[in-house]
Amino acid sequence: MKYEVITKEDFPSFVNGLLSEIEVVGVKMKEGKFHYDKIKSYDELCLDYDVTLIPPKKYLLPPKETLLKFSLGGAIQVEPSIDATPRVILGVHPYDIKAIELMDAVFSDSNPDANYMERRRNTVIVGVDCRNPSPNAFCPSMGTDTTETGFDLLLTDIGEQYVVAIGSEKGEELLKKHARTREATEADLAQRKAAQEEALAKYKLSIKAAVEEIPELLEKNYDHPLWEELAAKCLSCGSCTMVCPTCVCFDVQDDLELNLTAGERFRQWDSCMLQGFAKVATGENFREDCTSRLRHRYFRKGNYMLKRYGKLGCVGCGRCIGACLAEIANPVEAYNRLKEGS
Amino acid sequence: MSEKESIYLPMLAELVRTEGLTERERLFELKLRNGDELGHKPGQFVEISVFGIGEAPLSISSSPTKKGSFEIGVRTVGNVTNALHRLEKGATVGVRGPFGNGFPLDRLKGQDVLIVAGGIGLVPLRSLINYVLDNRGDFGRLIVLFGARTPAEQLFLDELALWRQSKDMEYLETVDRGDENWKGNAGVITTLFPLFDIAPEKTYAVIVGPPVMYRFVIAECRNKGIPDDQLLLSLERRMKCGVGKCGHCQINNVYVCQEGPVFTYSELKNLEEAI
Ligand SMILES: Cc1cc2nc3c(=O)[nH]c(=O)nc-3n(C[C@H](O)[C@H](O)[C@H](O)COP(=O)(O)OP(=O)(O)OC[C@H]3O[C@@H](n4cnc5c(N)ncnc54)[C@H](O)[C@@H]3O)c2cc1C
Ligand code: SF4
Ligand code: SF4
Ligand code: FES
Repeated sequence: MKYEVITKEDFPSFVNGLLSEIEVVGVKMKEGKFHYDKIKSYDELCLDYDVTLIPPKKYLLPPKETLLKFSLGGAIQVEPSIDATPRVILGVHPYDIKAIELMDAVFSDSNPDANYMERRRNTVIVGVDCRNPSPNAFCPSMGTDTTETGFDLLLTDIGEQYVVAIGSEKGEELLKKHARTREATEADLAQRKAAQEEALAKYKLSIKAAVEEIPELLEKNYDHPLWEELAAKCLSCGSCTMVCPTCVCFDVQDDLELNLTAGERFRQWDSCMLQGFAKVATGENFREDCTSRLRHRYFRKGNYMLKRYGKLGCVGCGRCIGACLAEIANPVEAYNRLKEGS
Repeated sequence: MSEKESIYLPMLAELVRTEGLTERERLFELKLRNGDELGHKPGQFVEISVFGIGEAPLSISSSPTKKGSFEIGVRTVGNVTNALHRLEKGATVGVRGPFGNGFPLDRLKGQDVLIVAGGIGLVPLRSLINYVLDNRGDFGRLIVLFGARTPAEQLFLDELALWRQSKDMEYLETVDRGDENWKGNAGVITTLFPLFDIAPEKTYAVIVGPPVMYRFVIAECRNKGIPDDQLLLSLERRMKCGVGKCGHCQINNVYVCQEGPVFTYSELKNLEEAI
């Protein structure tokens, strides 16, 4: 991998340069919480944050997205609808980059999803290594505290400068065009490593099992009493899945305008934790009890996605831990409990 | 398929014929507007759109040997199915598919085929039955068991009448509860099993019906000595996309819309959520 260095003094003009040619979204702070939003200038941008409420997933799989538009007056006409606005997502943490790599696998698999793929092709990812992790994060246990893939550019704060890892030609071009940089030296790279190690030491949570053990740990514990214990407290509210960067399931519905001659088909985020997720029209519900839904979510993250897409479905961001009002959506506690019992 | 083509964009089809099957089920014959054949295999399904209402997965009921159009048989249960029932000849619907694996014709060729249909399970199985009848020489015995709750719930009455007379198949039927005119077997579908013999090593059972039926029918088939990997079942799950994206149809790590809807019992017996 190639590495460049940009000074913090020069960095704003890089961002403003990007803004002159493409939509840029980045992390902003509002009332002490971080969230992704469109930025108009460098000043709005926050690059030192712990975790955002909602992952950058929303730019690749919007919470609600039109798939088709149709007109019904006269002969029925149906058009596909794909919004693929070119965009830079600036300041994505490595765990969220890993989650995007998983989404790429899901949506490119067998039947490529043009809505996602077109948008993904038009999205530039400029990541940043996380300096101050969230107290709920357990990225080192999942191997997602740093990443070598999945980005166009990746920044690491080394004090007065950023080391910029170049992940793609597109990233390199944008950097060349909008930033004054110099090639990184051995010393810069040593500082980059030190910065990553400093951040690593700040994580508070860890799983007692190795990440490779997780799929089997689950398989051995399909009928563990833990699932029922957690389910007894679960509200089936779906908050844990709404904030998760690797949850990709959706519902599809039609909407008609009041004139009844035009309408659209849209998809929106859905959740396997909701009671009716697996219910069919005849009334049969294939995951009727909360225990089976909760177990499904854990298995999907820790086992099924790996089998299907070659990547684990949890990146250790800890968002679910923070989002769960019942304080039970805690993968660290769950895996540790299974590990202790095994 | 080009990556730029939306997998959610339906083809348009014209409703060329519709016919009541029972009080709750109707048959719809559809013709693609672009003149193409659907190109399906028995056991596959399509996602049918009533624009403005929604989309529903529905089995293809006609055999691919029938050219120029295809048929679906639909029970009214909710939004899309009710809207379909309200459509008249000439109406336009959307069609995506065919999706799913379908019945494994290659494995069935040359073998005896035992078909077990419960209720509207006959809708997809009709595709296979007619395929076997149209390629009669390619298959061994064809035994069809059909169970409905009442005589009024029997569908495809004209075809049933032909099957009762046919020399190309052995047809056995029952209803859970008969009425004053019913002279045939009464009782659940498993009560038909003592009425015939099979050579289990060369018999494939193809079973489609309501979820409750599977457990009992599987037990009967195993009783007759049919190996687990010769028991074929088609499963219903909630489906929103049909193309392996929306996540709704999962049984553990299996996507029914992709790996199914047809599975062997050997594949299913270790899947906790399957049956
Ligand atoms: C592979 C496959 C093949 C099929 N083949 C056939 C076939 O050949 N013929 C046939 O008739 N059917 C078939 N079905 C079933 C068919 O797909 C459903 O009956 C159909 O999707 C119902 O759609 P609907 O819009 O009419 O009902 P909906 O309006 O979606 O739902 C009907 C009922 O379910 C309830 N419901 C809906 N969503 C939820 C939710 N999230 N939570 C709780 N309750 C909910 C509603 O309240 C309503 O009472 C098949 C299904 C599959 C998967
Ligand atoms: S399961 Fe929880 S910790 Fe894992 S990726 Fe999803 S939100 Fe983050
Ligand atoms: S957030 Fe907590 S309470 Fe809500 S569905 Fe998830 S586990 Fe259950
Ligand atoms: S129906 Fe959407 S994944 Fe199978």
